Amino acid sequence: MHSLVLVGAAFLASAVEMVEALTIVLAVGVTRGWRSAASGVVAALAALGIVVAALGPALARVPIDSLRLAVGVLLLVFGLQWLRKAILRASGLKALHDEQAAYEAEVRELEHRPDRSDRHDWYSFTVAFKGVFLEGLEVAFIVITFGGAQHQVGLAAAGAAIALVAVLVVGAAVHAPLSRVPENTLKFGVGVMLTAFGIFWSGEGAGLAWPGSDASLVAVIAFVALASLGLTRWLRRTAAPTLETRTA
Amino acid sequence: MVAPDRSADAGDEDGMKGVRRFARFWYDFIVGDDWSIAAWVVGIVGATALLARRWDVWPLLPLAVIVVLALSLRRAVRDARATAEEGPREL
Repeated sequence: MHSLVLVGAAFLASAVEMVEALTIVLAVGVTRGWRSAASGVVAALAALGIVVAALGPALARVPIDSLRLAVGVLLLVFGLQWLRKAILRASGLKALHDEQAAYEAEVRELEHRPDRSDRHDWYSFTVAFKGVFLEGLEVAFIVITFGGAQHQVGLAAAGAAIALVAVLVVGAAVHAPLSRVPENTLKFGVGVMLTAFGIFWSGEGAGLAWPGSDASLVAVIAFVALASLGLTRWLRRTAAPTLETRTA
Repeated sequence: MVAPDRSADAGDEDGMKGVRRFARFWYDFIVGDDWSIAAWVVGIVGATALLARRWDVWPLLPLAVIVVLALSLRRAVRDARATAEEGPREL
């Protein structure tokens, strides 16, 4: 019975962390392309493997709060910039000229580099890497702390492995429907997710005690989404008509 | 007559482009279109870390982040208004 409880606890705790990593990888993969996002995931898993193999049980002494703080602040800065652009576009203030300019710049670059397949998107790579590495490290902590307490690290690792399979199945199921969502809606959603994760992790790293622990992440996501929709409506009603009049 | 080794030059050029792209990535990542966002985020998280030592201030961070976003949007609109007659510009 104790073994089942241990596997179940490790499964649930690991699944929460893995879903967080999956959300980030899906977000960058669907909006910016899968190749660099996938290479970020592979690099993070390799780095994670090296860290876990090198440190073993000493892993529990890694300053996870400092890591959360650094990763959280970077995600927050990146997420806010993404959200800002998505809100400006959604409210009609970010001109379509930007898309045209981006397209022309892309065409110019492709003219110099006909084989697009060797281009590397550092944004996708880094965001996917950070998400997977941090969450993977937390899963390793869970396995070591849950399993170590009962001297059954193998069983805790089995729980985490089952969680990995379950989360990968969910990821494969939702990835296709996500690619049919309009581009700016997706970018808006990614901005919301990155900003919310950034708030949550940097808050944890800064020493905040979120009410309900990991469950409060859902509330933070909802808050950021509602506030961003409110800001979009505010810009549509106030700024967009004024600018249209002035530029007409 | 031996032809110049263009593949080595092209390799060096690609390497430099890679370094420049990598540096550009970090600049865009941290500074982006509005440098003040990064500055405010660092300030807010730092203040949160100080306040969290004594008080339960969890609502502060999400609220402050939305205020930073609103201020950045307002600045973008103000800049666009100021240059509206000169034609469209990057927000």
